[in-house]
Amino acid sequence: MFKRFLWLEWKSFFRSASVGKSIGLKVLLIFLALYFSVAFLSLGIILYPWLQETFPDQDPLQMVNRFVLLWLVFELGFRFMLQTLPVLDIKPLLNLPIPRRKAVNFVLLKSMYSFFNFLPLFIIIPFGIFCIYKGDYGTWNILGWMVAMIATTQCVNFLNFIIKKKFTDNLKALIPAILLVVVLGALEYFEVFEISFWFGKMMDFLVLNPYLAIVPIILVIAFYKWNQLNLEGKFYLDAGLKEKQKDADTKDFVWTKKFGALAPFLQLDLKLIWRNKRPKTTIYMSLLLLCYGLFVYPSDMYEHMAIYVFVGIFMTGIFMINFGQFVPSWDASYYPMIMSQNITLKDYLSSKAMLISFSVIILAILSTPYIYFGWNILLINMVAALYNIGVNVPILLYSGSFNKKRIDLDKSPFMNYQGTGAAQWIVGLPLMFLPILIFWLLDYFIGFEAGLIGLSGLGILGLLLRSSLMKFIAGVYRKRKYAMINGFKQTGE
Amino acid sequence: MITATNLSKVYGGTKVLNIDHLDIPTGESFGLVGNNGAGKTTFFSLLLDLIQPTTGNIFNNEITVSQSEDWKPFTASFIDESFLIGYLTPEEYFYFVGDLRGANKADIDAFLANFEDFFHGEIIGRRKYLRDLSKGNQKKVGIVAALIGNPKVVILDEPFANLDPTTQIRLKKIIKELTENRETTVLISSHDLIHVTEVCERIVVLDKGIPVKDIKTSEATLSELESYFSGEVGTAQAEEL
Repeated sequence: MFKRFLWLEWKSFFRSASVGKSIGLKVLLIFLALYFSVAFLSLGIILYPWLQETFPDQDPLQMVNRFVLLWLVFELGFRFMLQTLPVLDIKPLLNLPIPRRKAVNFVLLKSMYSFFNFLPLFIIIPFGIFCIYKGDYGTWNILGWMVAMIATTQCVNFLNFIIKKKFTDNLKALIPAILLVVVLGALEYFEVFEISFWFGKMMDFLVLNPYLAIVPIILVIAFYKWNQLNLEGKFYLDAGLKEKQKDADTKDFVWTKKFGALAPFLQLDLKLIWRNKRPKTTIYMSLLLLCYGLFVYPSDMYEHMAIYVFVGIFMTGIFMINFGQFVPSWDASYYPMIMSQNITLKDYLSSKAMLISFSVIILAILSTPYIYFGWNILLINMVAALYNIGVNVPILLYSGSFNKKRIDLDKSPFMNYQGTGAAQWIVGLPLMFLPILIFWLLDYFIGFEAGLIGLSGLGILGLLLRSSLMKFIAGVYRKRKYAMINGFKQTGE
Repeated sequence: MITATNLSKVYGGTKVLNIDHLDIPTGESFGLVGNNGAGKTTFFSLLLDLIQPTTGNIFNNEITVSQSEDWKPFTASFIDESFLIGYLTPEEYFYFVGDLRGANKADIDAFLANFEDFFHGEIIGRRKYLRDLSKGNQKKVGIVAALIGNPKVVILDEPFANLDPTTQIRLKKIIKELTENRETTVLISSHDLIHVTEVCERIVVLDKGIPVKDIKTSEATLSELESYFSGEVGTAQAEEL
């Protein structure tokens, strides 16, 4: 049965409309994976000698154990942002003689082979070997520790699975868990109750009594069961509808009328974002990532201004990147209608450009409190916003003409994870690195002001040329129209 | 109004549509019949410039559809549910189409009042998104939306399929009224020979992409079509034997 599922996935990948793009991204992802594997492996190898040298009077294993909990929390965060959960198109399977449990098990077992689960092994195994050969621990004790750590990694994997599900289903369900983490984090920070210390103690105890490694293994099984039950409950076509056949939201966004000919499209786009789970998540994402500056600005680690340009482009442009890179796929399910209705492509694209530009302006305004960290930062953020509007918006719309992968807005929650993964961020990289490079060159050879003027100059130039750029992009869309309509017809992954 | 010349579409070496010349005058109610794969939807998609012709051209009011977008203001269509926007309510969808066709909210409300019968109380004011409506009700919305703003050309693909009998009868009435003043050209395709002979004054039969019959509808048309299609079955069986 599993062989059949794998066969289905293989076909869906190579027969998808965007196979070229997918392969390109996969290659890039493989390079990144290799890079991180090497980085983790070297860390795993040098960790023991380094700890021994830096803290000669402490036991390296006990020190590592103290940081395990912190690492797990970070790992969960990274996984939440980057790990794509395996999906399976269940609709065609529902009426075939395939046991529900088999399909669910396939999805869950496949997630165990995610690269993210192998990454920690690169640290755990070499470090464990060092402990056996150089430390005073018995072989069985360390083996128990290694098994426990691997099981914990799998726990995080399944925990992430559950959280992602809850996050798309119901945002509020997460609040208690987040509160708990915040409270524990605060207690730790103010040294009232150091949970990481006690967690470390527990791990030390486990090393002394290696048979206790059974505990994390039981935890993995418990998490697995939880996921299994959760997914099985969703194995229905109407899983998404069941709870909320509530009244349609009929907000009208009347204020958009001011924008004349573009008003109907702006209204449509706002409704698109407001009424569909996936585009709505991009809004929450944008607001959440607006806090990114808090991590960078107070730190002394980043002396160079260029990193602030990155932060500026990122914070003001996060909605642009997340929403813009899927234009026009958002409209995929009714693209033939858009193409045969009384709509000119230029109007259609201009309204998209306007919506994205608005988002940049709003995010730029929301980022003004960062002036607390200095005038320079405010200036950089404003210049970055201008650059985003002038240069990055047309670039994104242009690259959108190569989109021919459908986005299913009303997919059931069982598989509504399209495009929330590492690949999505990679597309955004050129948008962010080009301005950094320009700024860095100007800043390095002439000065800070030259860098700012250079970027804002490009932004203004883009705005001045906006109308002819849009005409050009509309031409590209017209040429690609048939390929797009055809690609958007394909349902499924 | 609509002219196709030397029109063909090839998919992977197979000609799925091949029309030497087809002329549909203004105000005609034109019916297209044929078995599955006969090329009906392909023809409509070409007419709406959703796919590219392999050879030849279609002219809509003397505008080459694949070269200019100027045919869009006076052409309205409903092909399938990909013409509906799932996350809008029916009213919002009608207003949106109205906006595109220069009809304001009041115009649309007045327009929709004519279709109360047709909607049978299941569409307006139900506070439901289009994606939550049944297939038949979705179709009703799509068909009515295609009539907004007095289009000169109306294209409906399989409008009778999925509709309940009462609605089918009402739809026939609507289509007849539409062509009464001989200003609107209506193109429909159907598998239902009875409906199509009742509504259309001219019927073209497509077979594997080629127009094999071009009939001015009369009393005898239905039996002519029936004998044609059953004859086709007969010959096919004979070939197999």
